[in-house]
Amino acid sequence: MASHGIEIRGLYKIFGPNGKAHVEAVKSGVSKAELNERHAHVLGLKDINIAMPGGCITVVMGLSGSGKSTLIRHINRLIEPTTGEVIYDGKDICRMSPSDLREFRRHKTAMVFQKFALLPHRTVMENTVYGLDIQGVPRSESTRKGQQWIERVGLAGFEKHYPNQLSGGMQQRVGLARALTNDADILLMDEAYSALDPLIRVDMQTVLLELQAELKKTVVFITHDLDEALRLGDKIAILRDGEVIQQGSGQEIVLRPADDYIASFVKEVNRGRVIQVQTVMTPATGAPGGFSLPSGTTLETAAKQMTAAGVSVAQIVGRDGNPIGQLDLTTLISAMVTPVGHEETASIAAE
Amino acid sequence: MMAICSILPDVLCSFPAVSDSYIRMARKTIDDGFRGLVRQYSHLIDAVVQPLQTFLNFLERLFVNSPWILVLAAMLAIVYLASRSRGITLGTAVGMVLIGVVGLWEDTMVTLAIVTVSTLIAIVIGLPIGIVMARSDRVQSAINPVLDVMQTLPSFVYLIPVVVIFGIGKVPGLIAVVIYAVPPMIRLTNLGIRLVDRDVLEAADAFGSSPGQKLWNVQMPLALPTIMAGINQTIMMSLAMVVVASMVGVGGLGKNTLQAINNQFFTFGFLNGFALVAIAIIFDRASQAFGKRLQKHTEVIHG
Ligand SMILES: Nc1ncnc2c1ncn2[C@@H]1O[C@H](COP(=O)(O)OP(=O)(O)O)[C@@H](O)[C@H]1O
Ligand SMILES: [Mg+2]
Repeated sequence: MASHGIEIRGLYKIFGPNGKAHVEAVKSGVSKAELNERHAHVLGLKDINIAMPGGCITVVMGLSGSGKSTLIRHINRLIEPTTGEVIYDGKDICRMSPSDLREFRRHKTAMVFQKFALLPHRTVMENTVYGLDIQGVPRSESTRKGQQWIERVGLAGFEKHYPNQLSGGMQQRVGLARALTNDADILLMDEAYSALDPLIRVDMQTVLLELQAELKKTVVFITHDLDEALRLGDKIAILRDGEVIQQGSGQEIVLRPADDYIASFVKEVNRGRVIQVQTVMTPATGAPGGFSLPSGTTLETAAKQMTAAGVSVAQIVGRDGNPIGQLDLTTLISAMVTPVGHEETASIAAE
Repeated sequence: MMAICSILPDVLCSFPAVSDSYIRMARKTIDDGFRGLVRQYSHLIDAVVQPLQTFLNFLERLFVNSPWILVLAAMLAIVYLASRSRGITLGTAVGMVLIGVVGLWEDTMVTLAIVTVSTLIAIVIGLPIGIVMARSDRVQSAINPVLDVMQTLPSFVYLIPVVVIFGIGKVPGLIAVVIYAVPPMIRLTNLGIRLVDRDVLEAADAFGSSPGQKLWNVQMPLALPTIMAGINQTIMMSLAMVVVASMVGVGGLGKNTLQAINNQFFTFGFLNGFALVAIAIIFDRASQAFGKRLQKHTEVIHG
């Protein structure tokens, strides 16, 4: 099953009894606060345009109240848009009939929730097969599939437990198993890990990355945590007051924050885990040969390998194996600790 | 006092009621009209009464004619299965045996039969109304005032329209009991469904549940403890109303109590009262324990 991308175009959401009437005003620049005070409507989303590539993890990041939950709920239309399109596999989800929408939700999407939202009267197994129950799949078949995913998320032996007998981290594993058992192309995760303790959270991120490497679903992951966004996101979109203020790869956002708001966010980031060697390398000078690193290696990994090998200069090789530049330890370390100046960023601009 | 009347105009002293003959005429017209209406629709009324009569008679006969030891065993089994509590089961045994010893077994069976039937009917009527109410705010705001009136009316008042339409007898009494006991069933079904966690409902939607699947997979199971509380209240109110309904011909413990009041039979009245209290406690404890058991899985143990 090849994954399809999701394309959001010109999406507006204005909460209130007559949202449509205020779209023009918002387009012509009326602010969220103004709309709220003068017209008693809440601006949820403003002119969202994001292409979420198929088979990739797209992270939507923003502070509380920035409209993340509103945005992700447009993808399975738990929230009706005011105007705009959400295109999946050539179809506009916003225009589906109720029965088409139900089929779409049953077969193409699965969702994981911040507060788990498990059914308290059903066991782990019964929760896991919920989506298949809804589709009318007989229990004999659904339990077999459910069992497989329960084991994959590390809950073997807990099939007969009820959610209230499990810790938060385990409950979210059930949430994940329930979503995966649906075998849907789109996986929607609304702050799925935000309620978990930091250590368990990193565990669960690893679980997701491992599964994704194999399943290649189109994942939309919501978070308010930049580290999480950078670790998981193939693509990151940053939301503020219902508007996308920057989108791109994690590296792009860390190296070239679109404004001071994002700059203040990325200041604290562990740059060594985000920035890749080809971004800060200098043109190759010496003869080819010696210690080499593939392009795409993060600075942290590069530093580890170079110190382990006891070299101070490494050659960077492209995907085809040909050298494309070189990197010395001094440049590497300064890139890890100081914000990169304009000269250096020019090289990614050229990419 | 008389002195004040001598200086006041007559109108302000004795209340200016419309003349007796006028009231008599109005009463006659309304009563006759009503009776005519009842006669006209007698087949419809019969259609309601007949099946109830059959059902009630069947259950009454079953309870009264079965050997007491079988009835007691069945009762204890039901109480134990519902409550899973030895204490409540033992209490039930003691209570029922005492009732039998003082010679009230048969009357108690009659009362049990009518309470059982009225509770079943109240559930059958109340559950769907509660479900519809929970689905629509408009229906809720239409039905709520009706329930408010029903719950503020003194129980005696229910008997008037029931007697006029259905006459005197067991079934009219049963109908009065049902009308009196159904409001908590409706209210708590509505409440229970409305209290279901919005996050869980959203999850059900996200997986593509149809409205029916949502109702049966999520809303009803999660509302069940609240609905059980409604059933408990309905049983308690049926028991209370069964005593009042003895005035229109319902037999059993209620009738005995009424007789005791009319004739100032102290001991007889006391024993009947004791029997009523005993079965009230049995029903209450068993149904509450059952409700608690249903709630077990929804309680949060882990944060
Ligand atoms: N049903 C609603 N009615 C009115 N305003 C809403 C509704 N849902 C969300 N909002 C508003 O939309 C904004 C974005 O909310 P949300 O998407 O939940 O943010 P986030 O998930 O990023 O914390 C907030 O200002 C919130 O108050
Ligand atoms: Mg949110």
